[in-house]
Amino acid sequence: MMERRLYRAEAFGLAAKLRSVSWLYVTLLALLAAVGYVALYSAGGGPQPFANRHALRFAVGLVILLATALTDLRLIQRLAWPLYGLGVGLLLAVARFGHVGKGAQRWIEIGAFQLQPSELMKIFLVLALASWFRRASWERVGNPFFLLPPALASAVPVVLILKQPNLGTAVITALVAGVVFFAAGVRWWKFALIALTIALAAPLAYHHLHDYQRARIETFLHPESDPLGTGYNIIQSKIALGSGGLWGKGFLHGTQGHLDFLPEKQTDFIFTVLAEEFGLIGALSLLGLITLIIAGGFVIALRARDPFGRLVAIGITTNYSLYVFVNLAMVMGAIPVGGVPLPLVSHGGSALLTTMFGFGLLLSVEVHRDAASERDEREPL
Amino acid sequence: MRRDTNRTRVFTRRALILGGIEALALGGLAAKLYQVQVADGKRYALLAESNRVSARLLAPPRGRLLDRTGTPVAGNRMNWRAVLVAEQTDDVQGTLARFSDLIPLSDHERARIDRELLHSRRFIPIILRDFLEWDEMALIEVNAPDLPGILIDAGTTRLYPFGATLAHVVGYVAPPSEDEAEDEPVLALPGMRVGRAAVEKYHDLALRGRAGLVQVEVNAVGRVIRELAREEGVPGAEITLTIDSGLQQDVTATLADESASAVVLDARNGEVLAMATTPSFDPSLFNSGVTQAQWNEWTKNRQTPLINKAVAGLYAPGSTFKMVVAMAGLTARTITPNERIFCPGYLDLGDTRFHCWSRYGHGALDLRGGLKNSCDVFFYEVARRTGIDAIAAMANRFGLGVRPAIELPEARAGLVPTRAWRERHGHHWNPGDTVVHGIGQGFLEIAPVQLATMVARIATGRAVEPHLTRSVNGTLTPGADPGFWPALDVPAPYLHAAREGMWAVVNEQGGTAPLARLDLPGVQLAGKTGSTQVRHVSREAREHGHFNSESLPWEFRPHALFVAFAPYDAPRYALAVVVEHGNAGAQRAAPLARAIMTDVLLRDPANRSASPVPPSPVRAEAATPAAMVQTR
Repeated sequence: MMERRLYRAEAFGLAAKLRSVSWLYVTLLALLAAVGYVALYSAGGGPQPFANRHALRFAVGLVILLATALTDLRLIQRLAWPLYGLGVGLLLAVARFGHVGKGAQRWIEIGAFQLQPSELMKIFLVLALASWFRRASWERVGNPFFLLPPALASAVPVVLILKQPNLGTAVITALVAGVVFFAAGVRWWKFALIALTIALAAPLAYHHLHDYQRARIETFLHPESDPLGTGYNIIQSKIALGSGGLWGKGFLHGTQGHLDFLPEKQTDFIFTVLAEEFGLIGALSLLGLITLIIAGGFVIALRARDPFGRLVAIGITTNYSLYVFVNLAMVMGAIPVGGVPLPLVSHGGSALLTTMFGFGLLLSVEVHRDAASERDEREPL
Repeated sequence: MRRDTNRTRVFTRRALILGGIEALALGGLAAKLYQVQVADGKRYALLAESNRVSARLLAPPRGRLLDRTGTPVAGNRMNWRAVLVAEQTDDVQGTLARFSDLIPLSDHERARIDRELLHSRRFIPIILRDFLEWDEMALIEVNAPDLPGILIDAGTTRLYPFGATLAHVVGYVAPPSEDEAEDEPVLALPGMRVGRAAVEKYHDLALRGRAGLVQVEVNAVGRVIRELAREEGVPGAEITLTIDSGLQQDVTATLADESASAVVLDARNGEVLAMATTPSFDPSLFNSGVTQAQWNEWTKNRQTPLINKAVAGLYAPGSTFKMVVAMAGLTARTITPNERIFCPGYLDLGDTRFHCWSRYGHGALDLRGGLKNSCDVFFYEVARRTGIDAIAAMANRFGLGVRPAIELPEARAGLVPTRAWRERHGHHWNPGDTVVHGIGQGFLEIAPVQLATMVARIATGRAVEPHLTRSVNGTLTPGADPGFWPALDVPAPYLHAAREGMWAVVNEQGGTAPLARLDLPGVQLAGKTGSTQVRHVSREAREHGHFNSESLPWEFRPHALFVAFAPYDAPRYALAVVVEHGNAGAQRAAPLARAIMTDVLLRDPANRSASPVPPSPVRAEAATPAAMVQTR
């Protein structure tokens, strides 16, 4: 029976593959992007300058998503480590030639378009770790020497992203890697050990943080201490959210005058625009949509038969949900401001295309859910 | 297969754990949203409605300008004005309508207000009416509930106590343009002014100071609830000028109705003690905007009241240039101090005959006699021998044809031609051109302040530059010390020859300017006349053979010039007077020079300067919290 499935998977025609793409999931993503269009329409006071560009980028992203979804998962698995190498190369390039914006080197320009390698790097890292763990037996995962190479492979990009400096993305990268380790079956006590180490090292690390990063944490702890400085964003953001109330002020009726003082309201603070104009009802609806997308990712992970696909699905879903949590918690004043956008809603080309690429991988796992990757479990250690 | 199932089980279990954590996190976010938007919603809604943090820029008071005795020549006066903050009213047009019922606004004002409403951001106050009277203020205050968004605001107006008398030196301020306000946020505040001319323009940045910033929480009607932080600005610098305002008034009065200018320098250090230009204008009119009628009146006036003739009026120097020609000849060794040149009343060069002003000639003259009689033929000959380039080099050493370093943006370099200059313009330099320049005619264009500088340099042998700044915030400028100025690169005997000639002009029997002779015991003035024909007319007049310039229409008459220094034996003051279309320097300018120099010597302004004590710092309370500008 398994042989038949394998055979069917290999015989997949392009048209058949296209039919097997989860169009429900694509529809959910399109709905999310539509919410983004509405929010950006309001933030920009019309289709320009943000909303229409967002729609165009989503269209491009859709092409990337489908192309990735139709790519054979085994091919993706074979490319995992080369892609990881490419990601590290891009991070090194950004450190050397990158565009310095707001005191950090995060972008490189490729033609007209800015690439943020740290975004791609997280996906490539998920692929690489999934590829490493796909053949790991329960016993093997228990061997510390087996865990050393993937731990090193995770540490390299995290350190490079920290150096940019981009604390938020570095933490997310580390968490995504940790989740893949966890899903692969690494023992509980090892995570407990790492958590303890971090707790002990935190005061030391705090000492080495950049001033602005320390300021963010300080402001988070006492936002009212600096109402015009760093705390300003949080206060203004909370006022915008809170004044939305249950039903909101209505589309385009948010108090733009106040939000004018929110920098980057079209990127990091886009959620406040929606929550102010559509109230708690609108904000919870958006949260519901996001929950469906995350849940869909878990369903795909659980349905996949192949360990590589499962780990990829978990990693991608975690990456997305961490984005959402960090962004929403940030605008609600629950965690320090981290410069993290809300995927598919915030304005920004590079992040949107990378997100769509990630979801493309997720859908590829779904399309090839019955196929197993090349097994080499029988190979000796 | 068993191991595989085991792995799948581990994965499924762990995935469910992760899913559970994420569900908890999402639930937490939803709860937090409920708390912020509904539970605390009222509080935040109130905050959004009524409380916002705003940063108000504190407009620094513009620095005062003082004269050398400490008398203010530009200061600030408080005034009250009504401003509208569009953001603070729901119905801008209704508010405006109610306001104009109380205080009628002209169509012109309405148009300006509408324009500003359109262009400026909604939280930037717009001036509705400046210079409010007490009863108008009362009217606004009483009706405040009907006038949401309208505030009464304190501002300052620039005050010029000496008005037209010092307008060309002090300059004036005017509202910034939209571009300027965009580049420099502090200029967007109502009532901010930018120096537009003269010292106000030159020292604009120093006079403006640096804006302070106060962070306040304000409620919906703009009332400050509490102050969060304050960063004091720096008030504009207080600048002491070298001008003696009393002398300036006297000089202006002496020039009376003429279209004229006069510059008095301290010859030892180049300080400008007086710089008068007539007619002048009222600089305070620019503060609130000049009417079209006033502007037309100024620009159509033949006597150009808006132009500072002392630095921007360019004239042929005429015979006042002869000292330079003499020193150029001596330096080039084309003449010696005692060499005699014969003047038959003309000089023939090729087929052109150049006339002396004296039809019958002066006979044989040495250099001193040439200057004393202002003999044209003598200097035609010196110039012919010396050549234009050597003359131009000497002229430059005396500050002619070089833009003076004076703190007036209007100052011009003028023109001292050279062969190369003429050839750059595609012409050949003719020997006849050199001859004409020997008596200060031709292409020469010199400003009165340059003439005064020339005399100061002849008198002291130091390369002084005319300047107007004596001290900034109590710190004396280095140029106030005569030792700061290097010695001029001209041999002392040649300077002495020039001074001696100038002495003879005024004090010796037969000199051309007896009218300039001083009536003071023990003090003598040395000077030189100049009369320069308005070129294109002179040719015409010559062709028609009548030289009686008195009968010419005003604008065709020659300019009258006089340069002087005194006392002769210990030079202290240098002076240049130019009377436009005043006919002859000896008749018109020399008596003015005599009157001015007498006054200067009696006042002795160089010794009448305020001691450079730092002024008491302007308290921050004096800074006017002009407006709300919410940064970010």
